[in-house]
Amino acid sequence: TLDKARFKMLVSLVDILHLNNSEDIRCKCICPPYKDIAGLIYNQNVSLKDCNCLHVVEPMPVEGKDVEAYCLRCECKYEERSSGTIKGTIIAYLSILGLLLLYMVYLTLLEPILKRRLFGHSQLIQSDDDVGDQQPFANAHDVLSRSRSRSNMLNKVEHAQQRWKRQVQEQRKSVFDRHVVLS
Amino acid sequence: MDNTGYCGESFNSLQSGTSDEDMVEITGATLDFSSTDDVPPLDRDYGSGGSYGVGNGPNGVPKLMDLLDEPVPGVGTYEDFNTIDWVREKSKDRDRHREIATKSKESTLALMKSISDAFSGWLLMLLVGLMAGALAGGIDISAHWMTDLKEGVCLNGFWFNHEHCCWNSNETTFQERDKCPNWKSWAELIVGTNDGPFAYIMNYLMYVCWALLFSFLAVSLVRAFAPYACGSGIPEIKTILSGFIIRGYLGKWTLMIKTITLVLAVSSGLSLGKEGPLVHVACCCGNILCHLFTKYRRNEAKRREVLSAAAAVGVSVAFGAPIGGVLFSLEEVSYYFPLKTLWRSFFAALVAAFTLRSINPFGNSRLVLFYVEFHSPWHLLELIPFILLGIFGGIWGAFFIRANIAWCRRRKTTRLGHYPVLEVLVVTAVTALLAFPNSYTRMSTSELISELFNDCGLLDSSQLCNYANVSVTKISSDALPDRPAGPDVYTAMWQLSLALVFKMLITVVTFGMKVPSGLFIPSMAVGAIAGRLLGVGMEQLAYYHHDWVIFRGWCSPGADCITPGLYAMVGAAACLGGVTRMTVSLVVIMFELTGGLEYIVPLMAATMTSKWVADALGREGIYEAHIRLNGYPFLESKEEFSHKTLAMDVMRPRRSDPPLSVITQDGMSVEEVESLIAETSYSGFPVVVSHESQRLVGFVQRRDLVISIENARKRQEGVVSASRIFFTEYTPPQPPNSPPPLKLRGIMDLSPFTVTDHTAMDIVVDIFRKLGLRQCLVTHNGRLLGIITKKDILKHMAQMANRDPDSILFN
Repeated sequence: TLDKARFKMLVSLVDILHLNNSEDIRCKCICPPYKDIAGLIYNQNVSLKDCNCLHVVEPMPVEGKDVEAYCLRCECKYEERSSGTIKGTIIAYLSILGLLLLYMVYLTLLEPILKRRLFGHSQLIQSDDDVGDQQPFANAHDVLSRSRSRSNMLNKVEHAQQRWKRQVQEQRKSVFDRHVVLS
Repeated sequence: MDNTGYCGESFNSLQSGTSDEDMVEITGATLDFSSTDDVPPLDRDYGSGGSYGVGNGPNGVPKLMDLLDEPVPGVGTYEDFNTIDWVREKSKDRDRHREIATKSKESTLALMKSISDAFSGWLLMLLVGLMAGALAGGIDISAHWMTDLKEGVCLNGFWFNHEHCCWNSNETTFQERDKCPNWKSWAELIVGTNDGPFAYIMNYLMYVCWALLFSFLAVSLVRAFAPYACGSGIPEIKTILSGFIIRGYLGKWTLMIKTITLVLAVSSGLSLGKEGPLVHVACCCGNILCHLFTKYRRNEAKRREVLSAAAAVGVSVAFGAPIGGVLFSLEEVSYYFPLKTLWRSFFAALVAAFTLRSINPFGNSRLVLFYVEFHSPWHLLELIPFILLGIFGGIWGAFFIRANIAWCRRRKTTRLGHYPVLEVLVVTAVTALLAFPNSYTRMSTSELISELFNDCGLLDSSQLCNYANVSVTKISSDALPDRPAGPDVYTAMWQLSLALVFKMLITVVTFGMKVPSGLFIPSMAVGAIAGRLLGVGMEQLAYYHHDWVIFRGWCSPGADCITPGLYAMVGAAACLGGVTRMTVSLVVIMFELTGGLEYIVPLMAATMTSKWVADALGREGIYEAHIRLNGYPFLESKEEFSHKTLAMDVMRPRRSDPPLSVITQDGMSVEEVESLIAETSYSGFPVVVSHESQRLVGFVQRRDLVISIENARKRQEGVVSASRIFFTEYTPPQPPNSPPPLKLRGIMDLSPFTVTDHTAMDIVVDIFRKLGLRQCLVTHNGRLLGIITKKDILKHMAQMANRDPDSILFN
């Protein structure tokens, strides 16, 4: 069938690319109930050319002439996976998630405490309100000032972080508080 | 889109070549310079660069303006929550392209540059496809794992989900395909056994706890880092593609948070899908990668071409359906879709689908999401139940849209919207508590749909396939005859009915919450359950009453006439079509999803019926309804404007309003212009010859004016509040001791669109739609009378449809 042809092409391509783990291939044969034998599933890691009923179904539950009839009802499929990809993806995902959670905890809990300790109480009350478009020329200032170069690397990071925080705050206001976008 | 800004084009063509044809073009243009006395004659200055463009003309003709030579940064950009000017962006791109093309004949380096410019589009598509495919593969793998994490954990590698844990095991049996010793459910780990009421309660408790944890993490991350990452994203992307700007909506943080929280939201068991958010993710990838190429970074119109292609990529990776993705982008999402975008979208969608398949997230090498393996024919009489399914889909679609919009409106206006985190937690708790007992709602929705699409053969042992085994003379497992249902099938039927009611109600509340949520999969699940119920009913009816008139001709006993899996497919398509009002793209997606090419006619019949019924009950699809709820300035291109109003009924200022705020071309000082800008909030001002004559010179954007004045104050010497601003080509000599003038002709649009006051509104609306205008000036007997903006048109259309015109919020 068309699917088998496509599948074979994909398999051969993946073969060329990588096939590291022999445990990552299997041939799965599903045999339905036959006469008085219950349905059974067989799993073996053999290659594609050996993936048929005679190689995989062991021990054969029927004898002699019945073997052919039994095997005709069975369906054998060759399957492949990449456990390395799965492992890598899950670990990468969990680490990114963990980092984001730590950063969130830091931003919400630790940073105000640290800032208060370092700079004293007076600076804590920053003008977190929108600097936004109350004057029409404030935005122009913003646009023009982006073209000037920064002096210090740390200043740059600090400035970028402040701008990002302000952006997130604006977004939060639009979405969560005023419900103007994405309601 | 035709470029009727002939002014710019004709000036530039005069500069680039001096052929006779160009001269003819100038004199043939209706821009008439010969009759006025305050505009210099034609052969004076061509170096003003056409309509826009600060900088030298293509042949290096020196500019006679006194602004600094490099373009002021920020001129030509747009404010947040504003509409872009399509005409300006497209003519900018044409100028850029023309410049590269003419320069390419000069040197080899310039030729290489022009070739690389032409290829940059294709390279960008390739990168978008790769990035989106990789992200989608990662999302799929992580979502499968986390969904199974609610039930248990794998002992030989915690990163395996249930299916992969038991992949190599020899302990799986025919009846219980999922059992293996390596996979331990939480009850087994905590209590020690998997049987008994205590273990059941423990499983239940762990399921609910994990679901709550996942959804809490999702909503806190969205709230803390990227509030734009919530919801589906498709209504906003539709609006962005029609020319609206939402800064940050397609940014890096939104991409990262949307990817991470999408996995969490899907795994928490909520009744949502990941297709809509995947479109958003793909568009973010497209937007981020646009910054690598100058051609796309600077031009908003070209960027939207890339975003159209990226939307196609999104659907392509969500379903494994590249053609369906392109058609979805064409039909649902994009506003302008030139043929060039069609080919590029297809390329990008194919690259993404190929990347996804090589990552192989479905694990068992399935090439499509819900592959159906049956090819049994269907009979013409079955069209009647298919049409019934279509009617059901249409009714459900209309009901869902009304209920969901009412719920979202309540969330927007009442106190319900003040507690987003609590709302998510409550909905998750209710969903998890009600979903666990029923095995059909406990499994993930995609698995449910696959099981419903599957036709029962000899090799299936699930509850739904528990048919009484009639003695089989045929050996092939494809064409099993219709059999009487066993007791398990009846159990499955009422469980599925409960699942249907549950899903119908809970999806109304879930879609639109502050986590990434899509609604393709839940709608398909509702339709698939309804279809399967009808299919099994028809099958049993045909088996027990095969001597009835309707079955006699084609359904003899022992024949395989009714395929319940096909009914499930048709039901899924009908419900999805009823909600989103997709037509061609839905049919193509369905047959790409399932591989069932024989079933196009039933799918089409059901989809058409569902669309007609749903359109009769409610005019808009779910995405248009959300656009209207949010008040985005989206000018619907599918509706006809059928009222007999004229331009002067819609234009501003109305009779009771103060007169139009204009700027004169040579009379105002910097201070006067600044005060005009500060007092009003218009986004642009027409420039006229004088207040008395009101003859139109051009149009200038507020943002450009602000930036240029600010820049001039800083950089140019001598420009103070008393300096005069000139929009003319030739500034008259200034009296001595007066401050130097400020010349701003370069930021003015010399070819604003005008209509007369007696133009019919349907022509005006057509112009706005086809050209992508933001505003249009209205003249009377050649004199400027007023202005029509897109917002005015939307308000007018709302008024005509008896809706609240104040619901249009943005510009």
